[in-house]
Amino acid sequence: MAKIVFDSVTKTFPTKEKKGRKERNGKGEFTALDGIDLEIEAGEFLVVVGPSGCGKSTLLDLLGGLTRPASGRILLDGEPVIGPGLDRGIVFQQYALLPWRTALGNIEFGLEARGIPRRERTDRAREFLDLVGLTGFEDRHPHELSGGMRQRVAIARSLAYDPDVLLMDEPFAALDAQTREALQDELRRIWQRTGKTIVFITHGIEEAVYLGQRVAVMTSRPGRVKAVVPVSFGARGDGGTGEDLRSSPEFARYRHEIWTLLHDEVARARQLEKEEATV
Amino acid sequence: MSTGIDTAALAAPPATTTEAVRSPARPAAPAAPPAPRTAIRPAARAAAAGASALRRLGAGLLRSAAIIALLAVWETAPRLGLVDATFLPPVSEVARAWWELLGDGQLAEHTQASLVRSFGGFAIAVAVAVPLGLLIGWYRPVAVLLGPLLEVFRNTAALALLPVFVLLLGIGETSKVSIVVYACVWPILLNTISAVGNADPTLVKLARSMDLSTPRLFQKVILPASVPAIFTGIRLAGAVSILVLVAAEMIGAKAGLGYLINASQFNFAIPQMYAGIVTISAIGVAFNQLLVTIERRLSLWRVPA
Ligand SMILES: Nc1ncnc2c1ncn2[C@@H]1O[C@H](COP(=O)(O)OP(=O)(O)OP(=O)(O)O)[C@@H](O)[C@H]1O
Ligand SMILES: [Mg+2]
Repeated sequence: MAKIVFDSVTKTFPTKEKKGRKERNGKGEFTALDGIDLEIEAGEFLVVVGPSGCGKSTLLDLLGGLTRPASGRILLDGEPVIGPGLDRGIVFQQYALLPWRTALGNIEFGLEARGIPRRERTDRAREFLDLVGLTGFEDRHPHELSGGMRQRVAIARSLAYDPDVLLMDEPFAALDAQTREALQDELRRIWQRTGKTIVFITHGIEEAVYLGQRVAVMTSRPGRVKAVVPVSFGARGDGGTGEDLRSSPEFARYRHEIWTLLHDEVARARQLEKEEATV
Repeated sequence: MSTGIDTAALAAPPATTTEAVRSPARPAAPAAPPAPRTAIRPAARAAAAGASALRRLGAGLLRSAAIIALLAVWETAPRLGLVDATFLPPVSEVARAWWELLGDGQLAEHTQASLVRSFGGFAIAVAVAVPLGLLIGWYRPVAVLLGPLLEVFRNTAALALLPVFVLLLGIGETSKVSIVVYACVWPILLNTISAVGNADPTLVKLARSMDLSTPRLFQKVILPASVPAIFTGIRLAGAVSILVLVAAEMIGAKAGLGYLINASQFNFAIPQMYAGIVTISAIGVAFNQLLVTIERRLSLWRVPA
């Protein structure tokens, strides 16, 4: 449905002059992403992991058309991404709920953008609120919801307006383990049913292994793709879920592989941050 | 590195900070009385209704206590000779004078003249300044360009310009309404501009990710997000509209509460003068209350402070 190609994509941010920064390239610029090459197949579930600050959210912004790369191209079904569109739905790391709208109204927001008639809008919004387990909270405003509930509203919003590509930035980070697992399974079901292309960012290695068909591991600053680990379970097909899978030896092997890849990067990122703080 | 600054910024609630920074010279703005907020959950609402009614009654008594005390002092101080009753007649005499003015239609005439001018000017200012502020706020470079100019105008006391207005527009209605418009525009304009600038960038990002057109973005995101800050400006303008008008009416007018006060003083009708003053403060309080009510209605979603 939607194939995504990153073709040596680089993203820089202008910075204020400050001495002693390694990754500054001498022009008052900070390189967040450096030469990203990545292909995501149509209908693929790709998970991105990487140390904090390595540019994962930036990657998603680029794909969402919210910022432009400094160099390189991003192709969506062969067409360069030049701006945002309703074919891509983003679940923002900061939820981005409209505080003056109720939970239901927030879900309807995306449907309004789609131009769906009011009646259908409300029905759809209710359906998706139910999906994320928030029936009965229709009329609550975001400040009357817990952090995890807000996050679920944001997830419901992006699912409801049914984009071909789902871009999810740590969508389950604020949830308790049970709710997270329930929503992980729900997301997998939706993905299998609809064939959406999903790019999913997480800090959870288990979550990455559980959800991803492939897991891209990024380096710390500047962000590059260090490795892409294909994950497949002989027994999974589409049936094997839950505890069985999580406790299988294959699962543990993948977990360890990604953990090792990440370990060095996280250590390096810490070191970098420490150096910066002391400058 | 800058922990000190950060904590200081965090310590103050953001709304207060911006307000304080933006209007250092703001007139003693009649702050919204801290009315008890009703619980939002419908279930809790029913349960809390009794308790909240009691609390409201208590709060009402508490609030009127100060007013009653003021009236009592006003009544007794002149009678006991603590102040000169010629210059500050007891409140009962002022009330009698007020009643007479009401009876012979003078009060209605002057009040009407004042209200037409000040509400007229206020309404024009709102109609002009809100859209203009939204536009200026949206186009950052324009806001940066006009910023210093707006600061200059805002900090030029409207009353200092009154002679200029009279010079250019005469002493008729035009100059009075104009000065009210002028004085009301700045608080609304500046608050609207900063409201647009302070709109949550992640919400703007959200709207853009859904490919909303700019007018839609305004309608669905910027405007609702700005309502509270815009209303702060509108409430300031409401107070300013009456303040400036009364002063203008004192300088050259044949009707209006400012004229009534001034003329009464001139004719040594001191109780009538106070009657005019009391009427003005009543109008001011009522107007502010009205604006506060509208504001609440429009920003029910806000996190209770
Ligand atoms: N608008 C911006 N201006 C300047 N620098 C930015 C901007 N946005 C991001 N950065 C920098 O780019 C880098 C990548 O940021 P990004 O938000 O993509 O990280 P992330 O991988 O999502 O981190 P986290 O896991 O903590 O969410 C960071 O070092 C950040 O400081
Ligand atoms: Mg991020």
